[in-house]
Amino acid sequence: MNPRGIGTNVLEVQDLAVTYRPDVRAVRGVSFSVGRGQVLGVVGESGSGKTAVALAVLGLLPDRTEVTGSVRLRGRELLGLSDGEMSRIRGKDLAMVFQDPLSSLTPVHAVGDQIAEAIRIHSGATRGAARARAVELLDLVGIPDAARRARAHPHEFSGGMRQRVMIAMAVANDPLAIVADEPTTALDVTLQAQVLDVLRTAGEAAGAAILMITHDLGMVAGFADRVLVMYAGRAVESGQVEDIYRRPRMPYTIGLLRSLPRLDDAGGRPVPIDGAPPQLNALPPGCPFAPRCPIAVGACWDDEPEMLPVGRPGHAAACLNTPATRDPDAVFPLTPTELLPPIGEDDAARARTSREAVLDVKDLHRFHVEQRNSFGRGKGLLRAVDGVSFDIRAGETLGLVGESGCGKTTVLMEILAMARPRNGGRIEILGEDSAGLDGAGRKALRRNVQVVFQDPFSSLDPRMRVAAILAEPLRTHAFPSEHIPDRVQELLKLVGLEPSHANRHPYGLSGGQRQRVAIARALALEPSLVLLDEPVAALDVSVQAGVIDLLEELRARLGLAYLFVAHDLAVVRRVADRIAVMHRGRIVEIGDVEHVYEDPAHPYTCALLDAVPIPDPVLERKRGRVRLPDVPPDAPRLETGCLFRQRCPRYLALSEASRALCDREDPVSRSIDGEPDRMVACHYALGVST
Amino acid sequence: MAGFLLRRLANYAVLVVLAASLAYVLAACALNPRANLMDRSPRPSAAVVDAELTRLNLNDRTPLPRRYLTWADGVLHGDFGHTWEGESVNGEMWRRAWVSLRLLLGGAVLGGVFGVLLGAYAAVRRDRFPDRAATYGAYLLLSVPVFVLAVLLQYAAERVNAMTGTQLFAWVGESTPGAGDGTFGGLDALADRARHLLLPTLTIAFGQAALYARYQRGLMLDVLGADFVRTARAKGLTRRAALLKHGLRTALIPMTTYFSYTFGMLLLGSMFTEKIFGWHGMGEWLVDSISRGDVNVVAATACFAAVTVLLAGVFSDVLYGILDPRVRTRTR
Repeated sequence: MNPRGIGTNVLEVQDLAVTYRPDVRAVRGVSFSVGRGQVLGVVGESGSGKTAVALAVLGLLPDRTEVTGSVRLRGRELLGLSDGEMSRIRGKDLAMVFQDPLSSLTPVHAVGDQIAEAIRIHSGATRGAARARAVELLDLVGIPDAARRARAHPHEFSGGMRQRVMIAMAVANDPLAIVADEPTTALDVTLQAQVLDVLRTAGEAAGAAILMITHDLGMVAGFADRVLVMYAGRAVESGQVEDIYRRPRMPYTIGLLRSLPRLDDAGGRPVPIDGAPPQLNALPPGCPFAPRCPIAVGACWDDEPEMLPVGRPGHAAACLNTPATRDPDAVFPLTPTELLPPIGEDDAARARTSREAVLDVKDLHRFHVEQRNSFGRGKGLLRAVDGVSFDIRAGETLGLVGESGCGKTTVLMEILAMARPRNGGRIEILGEDSAGLDGAGRKALRRNVQVVFQDPFSSLDPRMRVAAILAEPLRTHAFPSEHIPDRVQELLKLVGLEPSHANRHPYGLSGGQRQRVAIARALALEPSLVLLDEPVAALDVSVQAGVIDLLEELRARLGLAYLFVAHDLAVVRRVADRIAVMHRGRIVEIGDVEHVYEDPAHPYTCALLDAVPIPDPVLERKRGRVRLPDVPPDAPRLETGCLFRQRCPRYLALSEASRALCDREDPVSRSIDGEPDRMVACHYALGVST
Repeated sequence: MAGFLLRRLANYAVLVVLAASLAYVLAACALNPRANLMDRSPRPSAAVVDAELTRLNLNDRTPLPRRYLTWADGVLHGDFGHTWEGESVNGEMWRRAWVSLRLLLGGAVLGGVFGVLLGAYAAVRRDRFPDRAATYGAYLLLSVPVFVLAVLLQYAAERVNAMTGTQLFAWVGESTPGAGDGTFGGLDALADRARHLLLPTLTIAFGQAALYARYQRGLMLDVLGADFVRTARAKGLTRRAALLKHGLRTALIPMTTYFSYTFGMLLLGSMFTEKIFGWHGMGEWLVDSISRGDVNVVAATACFAAVTVLLAGVFSDVLYGILDPRVRTRTR
């Protein structure tokens, strides 16, 4: 039955249902099976019940959670086993890799010991033998200098390395099945592919079945053999990965795929799915997706559809209106916002440099005094921002991208401080030098510069109603109070919310709606520059596209300029006019989005673009990738020459003589190919011959 | 690490000097030993009182700075002066410090261990009967003053003694005079001392355990749902083993600071227990000497308290470093 013809079903789940107390029906009858050496991707958004499935399989759900159905591992029923019996299976036959490697390892034990523990629990090996095996495993998952690092503690590892440790732990006892719950979500895009490689290799070495749970359709495309899509606690579509991506038949799957921003420009513009997933404690009858479904018919509201075979063998979808989904492109039509011009017509015609600069950052520095240990010794200087220069012209969006820790948020904070940069540099906002501002000037300027943060769950005061949240900036800046209610309604309408939302508290809104409130708050004072710090990173894919559309529409309508800080290069491509790529506190490449994405000049930009997965199993498997090595936090820091050369694929390809230049000289940013707005900081930006 | 500890020690030492000096000045200003001397019968002459006060460096007609300097000079040479009765403070202080230590060490350690375990258990059984029982018990113990608790325990002990017909519990003083004269000599004396320790140890342990249980419960709740505990269970540890080896081990770290300081304070703060059980320790001494207007003793006990807090601070720093690898020197 399975495509590789290896083995039989290792993990079989039948009619699994999970009910959290008191009545949240997180999973409502999910069935699947995974064969030896197979990978099943379980895809769903937050609240779809995918993590509850993982925890139910491992028996790690909280006490007093009601679980029914059947979970069989090699034919043995796991549901109903006691904790003692389960503990003999967990870690041996059934292993798990969790989402957040930063918190999943015990901080007080050495990593080698933590892996050795997993071995000793099940095999009764001696301490020495288990430690030796732990070193082997660390070596297997690609930790350099494994024998020494086995004695290190988790805080001495980078995020990617910790996730490798988690994988080493999972495969320590050659498990039959590995459950991986969002194993790459917390990692930088450059590390995702590497960690997946490690998981694949380690899984193959152990011959394990892998259950890959994720929200990321792009990631799973190149990794899974089969995919199961979950919505509101049910499986709504399952099939071979090619069928799901190329011939999806359930409108929700189609919507998910359509809402993904893509680097490769296939499939056109992302389209959001309107509405929000239903509350799991009060499900109405009928298909739970019907309220958001553009092709729902009358019968959809009566009964919840069963999973029925559709299309090719092994492909099933829970949809009544499958005839309408034969052409997936017709299900979610484009919205009229498409027709809006990107910038005002005059602006588009004029050259960039002739437009007014709303933000001009010159040679900005920000250092942190770093205590390398808490006993106050060995203080170092961390150059969080190390000479960053860029400008943003009126009506334009600059995307600022880079891995976590590259300094992009620090740049944002320095701008928001509106004071003389502490470690040097000059920030000009709307033509005013931030160094010369007094308190009143700063307040006046803040009207024109607003910010939207990443997490709408923590950036809105939970005790204030939406109306109060929106009125606060107006009151602070002495907006005539009799006009405030009207303005609040105007703002709600502007960001696509209902007038009734004004009386709600943030917890009564969905994630996408909250972020809309955050945007409305930022726009209340009609700023000319909005700083966006990962504004869609915390949102589900299906609502991301809606918020991005809104941001674009507002920019066009209000003539805003955005500084868009993000790690997702596909999102930046959609939104930004220009992009600046940061690495270790510097901008290594800056230029027009089209030029940089089509023809990246800096090896770091190339690697970042290369690492973004494409949500298409066929294309994704064909790609050859450049892997960027991960630099552990305790590695000696380069202080001279090009700071990227430790990880640089181009450096590795250079001859000894050409490398000398990188070792010796710090590359300065220079423009290439006669494009005045395109700067690259690489000695060999145009190839090795120069 | 050693360098760090030395620097910390120097900081603490400055604080000790400040605290002790302030305590001396305060005691010298507030207490009135002259009145005490005058009250003696037969009433001594003013000249005799003056001479006596001057000899003890207690004379309020000597300017305070001079008295302070005399006292500080003595302390620097390891001499805390004389008590009101004219005995050396040093000898008495050491004797009483050991009494307090003997009285408290068992209770504090027992209370700490029991409280930590109880708190951890209550957290694991959150909102169920064991947790509720532990919570109510802890609040009850915390709200009952020590002397009430001690008297209740004495009453219970009396009943036990009467029921078993033995002298299982004894609660006056540290030992019965002549206990070591029996057939077993030293062994008898030891058993006698142990019997005298039982009740005060319990009194202290109960109060301490209640405090620790509350703190540990909160700390444990934080790690109950921690990802690394889930990882430990996914490795194949049972829930209990994962909670003990990974959860409690991590949740214990902040407790070390709390334990050290509490013990340092307890050394002086157990005056009720000492009074009730007739142990002549530091707490009792402090109360008595305040009522007698014995400035030198009050200053000496304050000095002692400052030093114990210093030692507790150093001890907790060291313990923290041992338990938490994140604060140890990183290898670079």
